Amino acid sequence: MAADASKTRTGGAGTYSLKRYLGDSISIIVLSPSFVVLAVAVYGFMGWSGMVSLTSSKLIPVHDFIGFDQYVTLWSTDRWHVAVRNLAIFAPLFIGLSTALGLVLAIFLDQKIRAENVIRSIYLYPMAISFIVTGTAWKWILNPGLGVEKLLVDWGFEGARFDWIVDPQMAVFTLVIAAVWQSTGFAMAIFLAGLRSIDGEVVKAARIDGAGLVRIYWSIILPMLRPVFLTVVVILMYQAVRSFDLVVALTGGGPGYSSDLPANFMYQTAFSRNRMGLAAASAMMILMTIAAVMIPYIYSELRQEARHEQ
Amino acid sequence: MSNSVSASSGVGLNFGRIAGRVLVLGTLALFVLYFLAPLFVMITTSLKSMPEIRAGNIISLPRDPSFEAWRVAWQEACVGVECPGIRGFYKNTFLMVIPAVTVSTLLGAINGFALTKYRFTGHRLVFGLFMFGCFIPHQAIILPMARALGMMDLSGSLWGLALVHTVYGIPFTTMFFRNYYISIPQELVKAARVDGAGFFRIFWSIMLPISAPIIIVSVIWQFTNIWNDFLFGASFTYGANAPIMVALNNIVNTSTGERPYNVHMAAAIMAALPTLVIYVLAGRYFVRGLVAGSVKG
Repeated sequence: MAADASKTRTGGAGTYSLKRYLGDSISIIVLSPSFVVLAVAVYGFMGWSGMVSLTSSKLIPVHDFIGFDQYVTLWSTDRWHVAVRNLAIFAPLFIGLSTALGLVLAIFLDQKIRAENVIRSIYLYPMAISFIVTGTAWKWILNPGLGVEKLLVDWGFEGARFDWIVDPQMAVFTLVIAAVWQSTGFAMAIFLAGLRSIDGEVVKAARIDGAGLVRIYWSIILPMLRPVFLTVVVILMYQAVRSFDLVVALTGGGPGYSSDLPANFMYQTAFSRNRMGLAAASAMMILMTIAAVMIPYIYSELRQEARHEQ
Repeated sequence: MSNSVSASSGVGLNFGRIAGRVLVLGTLALFVLYFLAPLFVMITTSLKSMPEIRAGNIISLPRDPSFEAWRVAWQEACVGVECPGIRGFYKNTFLMVIPAVTVSTLLGAINGFALTKYRFTGHRLVFGLFMFGCFIPHQAIILPMARALGMMDLSGSLWGLALVHTVYGIPFTTMFFRNYYISIPQELVKAARVDGAGFFRIFWSIMLPISAPIIIVSVIWQFTNIWNDFLFGASFTYGANAPIMVALNNIVNTSTGERPYNVHMAAAIMAALPTLVIYVLAGRYFVRGLVAGSVKG
């Protein structure tokens, strides 16, 4: 009704055209401050970092153009290799474990559990906490002298050793332990929301056909959750690649630089070693990795939405 | 989310066999312990004295619980050679968080309204550009941002930090409000336009009054993210202007003599307290923000 009325009125009178023009562009006017800020502080700054990565800038930016030398230097720096290798260990373990545990917990919580609300809140509270706090807590728990190792000894496991946090080979795995603790609840919450949006009729029909429970989950429900899997994995991947705080608080990148991740390399190179060009090159590598995952994801999300609207 | 919180879906199949039920409840209980363990260890450690910490183990209960470590953490915990406690940093962070949350939420609301109810050609592309802004790695912008803050004479100040958080919060708040307003019927706005109401009038008297849930989501999300931030705080502030997480990290890494683990734990709990309290009081909205932040509303 209202839509019809508006059509006839605006269509009929020519004097409305200016007002209508303003009415349509008002949203552009309102959006433009935010958009300008975004264009400068997100896209402009990314471009600036990209440009600096092609110069020999150290403490202050200089505008010589040296091509891709910084990238060559980057990929021949041992410290960067260690960081990338650590990410290659950390990311799959962190994403895999958080996703698997999150899914199992979501399915189990979806079995008409009486204390569901309380349990769900307990699983998810780590998400409200800073990685710095998480790192501080786990650093204490994993402390070889006074933490879990001592607990095991006190319990009678003489000679028990759990000193990963000071072992250059194992320190990266302590990052996995703490990060999984922090993010499993997130995966659980997304999966649970996905499970709750599945049409119960489909499942009922399958049960009438005599399908067993495991089979129903495996061949009906999990395939229906495919978009939810995508969401969880994409977000966790994004988190993994930008992980920084947890390393600082838990291992400090140590022992030595054995547990550094790329984001920590970038920060160190920029602010402690004042090699701006090299730092910018490493930032560009991080950015490209994330963009390769996020741009297709955002594009498909928005295209899906556009299709729904038509 | 709201309906999913209360009701179990049709998918909730009863595991008929008792064994299945035991497996489910046993696993859930085990993970309750796993998630609570670090919090338990933090609290008990913070209530012990250092001799007791050395003598006992991490899960032993404090024999003589005392808040002494909390008092020390608040008033005299050391950052480097100075020992101001965390209280000053606490105040800093609140002073910085409040304007950043307010401004970014307001801008997000009006952007979301413009993107859904007064559409223009290319609105989806513009939104896509905003959305990618949520997912940029901050490493890619800290170098130029540090210079920009220097040029604006805001280096190392709390105002500069508040500005940075406002700027990088806008994509999130815009996304929240946009995805919320998109489900509000277009007819509501059209009818008001026919009656001659302008953009701001409609925003103020029609949209804002029905926006309470998403305002709460946005405020909680922004507060939690900014309070918990470390990278921006460490990059753009120094000394007494540091926000709480930077201060906590400095306290924990200050090593003069024996490390006072009880004080570290007390400081960590206090640093986590504001966001934890919000989570306990408004967990529903927090979860909604998480879900909305990763999938469309």
